[in-house]
Amino acid sequence: MQMPTPNPVILARKAQIVARLRGVLPRDAVVDDPAETRAYECDALSAYHCPPLCAVLPRSTAEVAAVLRLCHEMGVPVVPRGAGTSLSGGALPTADCVLLGVARLNAVLEIDLADRVIRVQAGRTNLSVTGAIEADGFFYAPDPSSQLACAIAGNIAMNSGGAHCLKYGVTTNNLLGVTLVLMDGTVVEIGGAHLDAPGLDLLGLICGSEGQLGVVTEASLRILPKPEGARPVLIGFDASAVAGACVADIIKAGILPVAIEFMDRPCIRATEAFAHAGYPDCEALLIVEVEGSPAEIDDQLARIAAIARRHHPVELRESRSAAESARIWLGRKAAFGAMGQINDYICLDGVIPVSGLADVLGRIGVMAAAAGLEVANVFHAGDGNLHPLILYDANQPGDLARAEALGAAILTLCVEVGGCLTGEHGVGVEKRDLMAVQFDAADLAAQMAVKDVFDPAWLLNPAKVFPLALSAGRRAA
Amino acid sequence: MRPASEAELVEVVRGAQGPLRIVGGGSRGIGQVLADEALETGGLAGIRLYEPGALTLVAGAGTALAEVEAVLAAEGQRLAFEVPDLRGLLGRGGISTLGGVVAANASGPRRVQAGACRDSLIGVRFVDGAGNLIKSGGRVMKNVTGLDLVKLLAGSQGTLGVISEVAFKLRPMPEAAATLVLEGLDDAAAVALMARALGSPYEVSGAAHWPGQGTFLRLEGFAGSVAYRAGRLREMLGGAIEDGAARWPGIRDVAPFHARTGAVWRLSVRPSQAPGIVARAGAEAALYDWGGGLVWLLLAEGVDLRARIGAMAGHATLVRASAETRARIATFQPEPPALAALAAGLRARFDPRGILNPGLMA
Repeated sequence: MQMPTPNPVILARKAQIVARLRGVLPRDAVVDDPAETRAYECDALSAYHCPPLCAVLPRSTAEVAAVLRLCHEMGVPVVPRGAGTSLSGGALPTADCVLLGVARLNAVLEIDLADRVIRVQAGRTNLSVTGAIEADGFFYAPDPSSQLACAIAGNIAMNSGGAHCLKYGVTTNNLLGVTLVLMDGTVVEIGGAHLDAPGLDLLGLICGSEGQLGVVTEASLRILPKPEGARPVLIGFDASAVAGACVADIIKAGILPVAIEFMDRPCIRATEAFAHAGYPDCEALLIVEVEGSPAEIDDQLARIAAIARRHHPVELRESRSAAESARIWLGRKAAFGAMGQINDYICLDGVIPVSGLADVLGRIGVMAAAAGLEVANVFHAGDGNLHPLILYDANQPGDLARAEALGAAILTLCVEVGGCLTGEHGVGVEKRDLMAVQFDAADLAAQMAVKDVFDPAWLLNPAKVFPLALSAGRRAA
Repeated sequence: MRPASEAELVEVVRGAQGPLRIVGGGSRGIGQVLADEALETGGLAGIRLYEPGALTLVAGAGTALAEVEAVLAAEGQRLAFEVPDLRGLLGRGGISTLGGVVAANASGPRRVQAGACRDSLIGVRFVDGAGNLIKSGGRVMKNVTGLDLVKLLAGSQGTLGVISEVAFKLRPMPEAAATLVLEGLDDAAAVALMARALGSPYEVSGAAHWPGQGTFLRLEGFAGSVAYRAGRLREMLGGAIEDGAARWPGIRDVAPFHARTGAVWRLSVRPSQAPGIVARAGAEAALYDWGGGLVWLLLAEGVDLRARIGAMAGHATLVRASAETRARIATFQPEPPALAALAAGLRARFDPRGILNPGLMA
């Protein structure tokens, strides 16, 4: 993967840039020792790394604004960073950038249960947002699997989803307002505790903009009352096509599960060896979770079981207790760790129409075999968001490149069948150069025009989202 | 002008010699457009794809909402956001089209539970003011590929582009519905009660208060579940359970104001602040929806409600007014300078000649 050549003028001015940043920030908020800046050299896409020129760790919106104003004036690129859990390289620094970490902005500013809104500083972790309100019976719905570590700022940047978004939507459906600092240091308030925009929906534009338009320092989030309870059912099938048909029938029957998760045989075998969840050794496994009172859950699970039986499952296990629920979820939650035990892997994030599930899984299998690589599938079946895991050996020269080529081919296939490159991980650097597969020149020009408005000098999070060749002229300007 | 295809739409916009007034079915547009020439989207009609098992629908922007609703109902599905029919309020005829629904981000009572139109919208194709055909999103339920122009176009009132095709995610039609009715509550007590209901685990899909008539909470789903949740809510809050949801189209469409003269305002506010704002407004009538987050007000023509209310967290839209009132009072709430500058920048990029519904939003 190619990154632009660092600007030698900026590299040469490091001491001056650091000194000016120290002029507007407390001493401990500027990190320039190369031993320390290495802590920020990558995010969760760790195949790529590059220490920033320096890092800043502001504690307030005013400090963020001061940093951006200064960097704007000096023409220095800025890479915003939440908790550094991006799977697409969204927080990957460049050697000539100031890395702006928002982790110290982690306070809860306001909780209003009557208006069902919480306002937090954007560096606060996803799970600790729910932590602040769960004693009152509320929760924050988007639940990316990194929720223990990931920051709301990054969730907003990537429009993060999670296992339960089939029912509750993704970040953009649960975000009510932000405080946004533009690259020139202007602070704008968008939205608040009310539900819709007075003019153009700028909030919808900011969410998922991958740090291209501004830095979010505070967010108002919609909170929801916790359901009375939730329980899953585990269903095993001897063919992916049958599992896919079962998913469609559940949806057509008017049932709205909170989650429908899918695992294929390679994934089931790996997680069984690792977590011993007692999964059947079958071709495809579904975990379907529903919510409500005990009676409502029983009713929905009975409807799902009746539908599943029409498809002759090899296993059907309804949870009757919290312990059984935990056991059903155990393997799914351990899936990524289990795969990591046996190999290095690339986690893809393509989305396909759910009607194409069996066909696409079959074609992925053929492509993997042709590439001599193994692919395991674990994903959110209700919304067609695939997570093929391509296994490779990082110590084997050329293996990563082969795995990346297979990944690109799989994502291209997702687009061909009517889907998209990324459902919840974002484009980042990883899928930047595949954007032309999904969008034509006019589509990309329109998106880049939006960036022109918010960040005319293209200093924010450079060399991400848009194909490098397309953004080159603007970044140089 | 009435293009019959996207290609024709591109030609029409490219060849436009002056400002265009974008017209779907003419049933819900508000405000003043400084353009004489109409560009009608009714020719861009037809359902292109409907997959009930994937909960997705793609259709031309000129497709009639009623046609789509009928097709979905036959499969036991619907658009979740409960599109208001404003013809009675605005004194219009016309046929609501999907493009108009999206351009207005039109969302009804279920917005509190299922989100707005923009939350169900998963893809859009549109022609910008320079005549470029642009797509964003697609037909899948989750999509974070590139900047989200889908949200930007929803509610843009035809000022950034002429929408040619839209894609929605759908929801199942519930098997049953019930309404819990409470009487005799003043506005503040009603909003507090609606907050308790919406803060309960009983999945309230509508929370409205019609002063003098009652406070209404709607539940939808499988019959057993609706009965259970309605019972629990009544234990918690009192009131009487009414079968069905017959009251809700009237609330959705602001029926209480249909036969009355005067200007109609629509306020989007923080629910707990709604009663105070309504008190300051001195309106002739009020209707609260979205648990208080949406307030419809009836006022005398010519009153600048925004000046009367003063600063508030939220905004007010002048939905129905005489030409004299419109000439004096902006339809949409003026934005702070920094936000207005961003909006102006976006308009300049998407509509460099300023020909799409000029004068409507800015």
